Amino acid sequence: MSDDAVSPEEVRHVAELARIDLAEDEVEAFTGQFGEILAAFETLDEVPEVDREADLTNVMRPDESRDPLERERALENAPETEEGYFKGPNVS
Amino acid sequence: MTARTVQRGEDDLVTVIGLEVHVQLETATKIFCGCPTEPADEPNENVCPVCLGLPGALPVLNEGAVESAVRIGKAIDATIPEETRFHRKNYYYPDLPKNFQITQYDEPICADGELEITVEGDRRTVTIERAHLEEDPGSLQHVGGGGGIDSAEYTLVDYNRAGVPLMEIVTAPDFRSPAEVRAFLAELTEVLEYLGVFDAERDGSLRVDANLSMIPGEEIEGDAREIGTDALEAANRTEVKNISSHRGAEKALAYEETRQKNAIERGRAIEQETRHWDESRGITVSMRSKEEEKDYRYFEEADLPPLRVADWKEEISIPELPSARRERFQGEYGLSEEAASKLTSRKEVADFYEDVAREYDPDLAATWVADELLGELNYRGTEITAVEDRLAEVRRLIALVADEEITAKNAKEVVLRGMLDDGDDPETIVSREDLGKTDEGEVQRAVEEAIEDNPEAVADVEGGDDGAINFLVGQVMGKTGGSADPGEVNRLLRAEIEG
Repeated sequence: MSDDAVSPEEVRHVAELARIDLAEDEVEAFTGQFGEILAAFETLDEVPEVDREADLTNVMRPDESRDPLERERALENAPETEEGYFKGPNVS
Repeated sequence: MTARTVQRGEDDLVTVIGLEVHVQLETATKIFCGCPTEPADEPNENVCPVCLGLPGALPVLNEGAVESAVRIGKAIDATIPEETRFHRKNYYYPDLPKNFQITQYDEPICADGELEITVEGDRRTVTIERAHLEEDPGSLQHVGGGGGIDSAEYTLVDYNRAGVPLMEIVTAPDFRSPAEVRAFLAELTEVLEYLGVFDAERDGSLRVDANLSMIPGEEIEGDAREIGTDALEAANRTEVKNISSHRGAEKALAYEETRQKNAIERGRAIEQETRHWDESRGITVSMRSKEEEKDYRYFEEADLPPLRVADWKEEISIPELPSARRERFQGEYGLSEEAASKLTSRKEVADFYEDVAREYDPDLAATWVADELLGELNYRGTEITAVEDRLAEVRRLIALVADEEITAKNAKEVVLRGMLDDGDDPETIVSREDLGKTDEGEVQRAVEEAIEDNPEAVADVEGGDDGAINFLVGQVMGKTGGSADPGEVNRLLRAEIEG
């Protein structure tokens, strides 16, 4: 895939949506990498199309509650917590 | 659209509003996992790997949410397609732990529905373009820095709400005033409560986004109800978010209508933007939204197979809806429109009324259910659902009145109030307060005594003073402990005095 596949503007836009600040050299680096990733996905075009499992419809569960996770377990991988909440930076 | 035409002059601006109404479906569990939906006391108590978006966790659709959606579809006379499916709506914000929301995009579960409303005596049909299922995000708290979103120091996240089932109901831009919006929301929530899929009392169960634009009158040919797509697209609109009540919707949109009108009159352009309704300040404020439609990169949710509800939608039944019931009550029980409206506003009230009206006089039943019972409940800041286990007792009380065992006044002021305040049953109160209607002999004796004790009043009555007879009636009522029938006492007194 040519370098034109992804423009620096698109990278900046995606970074803004993801609330990530990028320096100019990072924009440049990601522009190249985005192109490579998209090119890699084009490989999928070579995979023959298959129909999905036709019988697989209406997979549902009854409206019955199950025990939730214990809160300590739910929070244990969070870098920061406060009084039972997940804690993160300011997001506007 | 069936309606009288909207009056306008050439230079007038016509208000055009469309709604996206999010309602919480009354299920026991979340839409894609078995976590309970009931409000928790503490944050992050009703969470699991699915609604926390942990790697490898897979969503499984809640049958109860689908059933609720089908009920709504039937009630708004929508098309429920053969097959419906789910999409991922991608955006980065910590209220969604997966970085996407599971929703429906091009194949919603309900399409092309409608709902009839009455505004100032006018019947109107509002088109509902679509209604789809989706999951609710979690809740954020912006802490420190004065509490504002921009100035906050950090964010606290609670995922108890994440994954709660929502139905998003999208209307056509059919509204021409904030008052119409309010009437629609009232009718819609009434219908949803009848269906048993929604609880208006639940905190955060209703959230409304409204699109509002002002169309110059000269661009409209004929009826302002019929505005062409070109004129609609030419006008910039604002999307007002954070509306959570019928009244809030009317206030927010009245504010936004005035704000746009003033800007246009001063020659300023309306910016197409999202605005936040600040309920406490009573204003809308601009809110920067980074995403455009294409940025959401909708794609099919491969973890959820397609849904075919066509086969079992016939099995899902819906009750008689409020508007139909209102009309039937007027015809079948001879009620006024006002009484019928009051009695059908909640299914529990209407059911109770019918239960009583089938056996006793429908007018008496209407007075007792709509005025006395609802009045006393309203006075106590409660409602019929809180006294569901007492309705059999209220029914027995109405029976006592209908059979003239006790007076209506005592039934209301002593028995009903006592029942609601102290929890006693009607029979206990009637016998404790000795309210059973006095036998005729006792009333007759009281009448004779009153005449004997009050010769001056008797003379006044004989002289034609009607005020005096009321005094005597009062005396008799006092002697019988209020249990005699005042009309009967009046008749007995006159018979006795006038011989």
